[in-house]
Amino acid sequence: MTNTHADYQLSQLDQLEAESIHIFREVAAEFEKPVLMFSGGKDSIVMLRLAEKAFYPAKIPFPIMQVDTGLDFPEVMETRDNWVNRLGVRLVVASIDDAIARGVVVDDGKTSRNRMQTATLLDAIEENGFTAAFGGGRRDEEKARAKERVYSHRDEFGQWDPKMQRPELWSLYNGRLHAGEHMRIFPISNWTELDIWDYIGREGIEIPSIYFSHQRRVFERDGMLMTETPLNPMRDGEVAEERTVRFRTCGDITLTGCVESTASTIDEIIDEVAAARVTERGATRGDDRFSEAAMEDRKKEGYF
Amino acid sequence: MGATDGQMDLLRFATAGSVDDGKSTLIGRLLFDSKSIFADQLEAVEKTSTDKGHGYVDLSLLTDGLRSEREQGITIDVAYRYFATPTRKFIIADTPGHVQYTRNMVTGASTADLGLVLVDARHGLTEQSRRHAVLLSLLRVPHLVLCINKMDLVDWSEETYEKIHAEFTQFATKLNIPDLEVIPISALNGDNVVDRSENTPWYHGPTLMHHLEHVHVASDRDLVDTRFPVQYVVRPKSDEHHDYRGYAGQIAGGVLKKGDEVIVLPSGMTSKIEAIDLFDQEVDEAFPPMSVTVRLEDDVDVSRGDMIARVKNAPKPSQDIDAMVCWMTNEPLRPRQKLAIKHTTRTGRTMVKDIQYRLDVNSLHRDQEAGELGLNEIGRVQLRTTVPLLCDPYSKNRTTGSFILIDEATGVTVGAGMINSGS
Repeated sequence: MTNTHADYQLSQLDQLEAESIHIFREVAAEFEKPVLMFSGGKDSIVMLRLAEKAFYPAKIPFPIMQVDTGLDFPEVMETRDNWVNRLGVRLVVASIDDAIARGVVVDDGKTSRNRMQTATLLDAIEENGFTAAFGGGRRDEEKARAKERVYSHRDEFGQWDPKMQRPELWSLYNGRLHAGEHMRIFPISNWTELDIWDYIGREGIEIPSIYFSHQRRVFERDGMLMTETPLNPMRDGEVAEERTVRFRTCGDITLTGCVESTASTIDEIIDEVAAARVTERGATRGDDRFSEAAMEDRKKEGYF
Repeated sequence: MGATDGQMDLLRFATAGSVDDGKSTLIGRLLFDSKSIFADQLEAVEKTSTDKGHGYVDLSLLTDGLRSEREQGITIDVAYRYFATPTRKFIIADTPGHVQYTRNMVTGASTADLGLVLVDARHGLTEQSRRHAVLLSLLRVPHLVLCINKMDLVDWSEETYEKIHAEFTQFATKLNIPDLEVIPISALNGDNVVDRSENTPWYHGPTLMHHLEHVHVASDRDLVDTRFPVQYVVRPKSDEHHDYRGYAGQIAGGVLKKGDEVIVLPSGMTSKIEAIDLFDQEVDEAFPPMSVTVRLEDDVDVSRGDMIARVKNAPKPSQDIDAMVCWMTNEPLRPRQKLAIKHTTRTGRTMVKDIQYRLDVNSLHRDQEAGELGLNEIGRVQLRTTVPLLCDPYSKNRTTGSFILIDEATGVTVGAGMINSGS
């Protein structure tokens, strides 16, 4: 019996996976020194899983790098270490505290650590001579990201110029660089938040426990529920109380809010995400609220 | 599993149309009606609309993401947007209507299964709509939808619909458009976009959303001619996998089966497929667009840039390439010019031997006196390459038939090529 076209059909999740793996391999083949930027959040964990698949049974042929804000959730760090140990990859930590100590960035008491990430990251890229840095950015996250290429060219200052982007045709990626420049690579550009959750569910991927519903002492700030922690002192009028919450994104503990939720399994999270009426960033990320073009401006400076 | 199980399939489509034909409104509506616009995004758009003094919610603000685009009220570049219905996930390559249209259309259409051209019912076909149809056909986008928009402004006239339909069908006979659907809509009011309109009782075709959900794209791939460009050699050299040697890549055509006799190009060595690995599982066969790792029975020399094909059905390595090239930069393409070329996983250098003609994408006239190609122009070009390309005609395979040209000094992608033939 001959097979028909219908027998050779990949589901959309398999198509996305195949496309991402193709991108990982392309970069590993063409760039001298790639690195995978790892925040410990769900997107970068999916990226690690895809990288694992792309080179199996060999190990991932590049290190992973985390920008340590000093304000990361302990649960996220724990998951990071589990992944690093299981995969046997080299972990590079670019620490903001260290960058401040070395005078690379200045802590003026006003600038958020999120903002200091950019200079710390660029410094670490330069220091290590990385020519390509994988990021877990998705185009559905934010309107400036919707415009970004899979291969996003950065000049010697690490800057993104949206008007000078290279056209990206078929799956033929152009990785040409001049000395000092680097490329940001976004293998999961075409994934949506829901795709990420579907994939985490399908693959049984370990993610930080804070994504699942739990009890947490939180207080309300700017319409978001923030974690009570000495790292983020409460202001006048703010009151902490215990609530049943979970996180939709993992970032700086002082800027990342949580949502009230009883979703304690991946399936429940998927149902919740599918029904959500507010984007993950809109719901829980203080860093995007500075201005309408906050993300675009940070990206131009070199943020991922 | 939850609300979706990831098992639905994927349709990539590119949108085209002139500036004021309502493209942003249509995209806004597709996103809105599929509940893909979130409350915070809509709030931001409403706020900006009010700030700007608009008396309406400007849905185009949803799609114009960059500061400079909002300042100028124009779309600069291709943007990718996403929505899903219970049966399918959609990736929209939203290409701007004006400035640098050809370059952006080619970029958006290169990966599209379907092209959506919008026309204003009051104006009928314009030069722009013809140009977009020509580009979509050149790029071999297999399905085309012509949306006749603003039907509310022509009193839902069946005659107007039929007239534009006939005019377009007539024009399309000159092109290669295997599948065409013509749908009368009002993007503003949502007629025939998701729900069937009561205003068009004379129209018996599908709504736009129904068509997007059901158009059959699975058979658009070539499952006959096996093509596997080798992307990366996997050699763990670990104790556990000491002798493992796998060739990783994404299947570009045909079906690769365990036990197949294969040829490795350009060396011409033959072997048999010992195994096909999909991560930690072995599979019996692989097909496009799967990313797999292939192991061969013999220890032949295979590296990145090589291609694995069937012994009796292999592409011919060629250094003389005849192709249609879309030029994407200000400095024109001229004979004798040298460029870098990337084709599948091969890179090399190329020289322009001859520019045979420039194609007028409005009239389809071939100007043989042209001599060069300027920004956004398309022409038939003869190239000589330093490395043999393992290519097929673009009409047979969009992956092994396409290439990009790179300026060696700036590193910028300056051309897109579609191969007619290699010799």
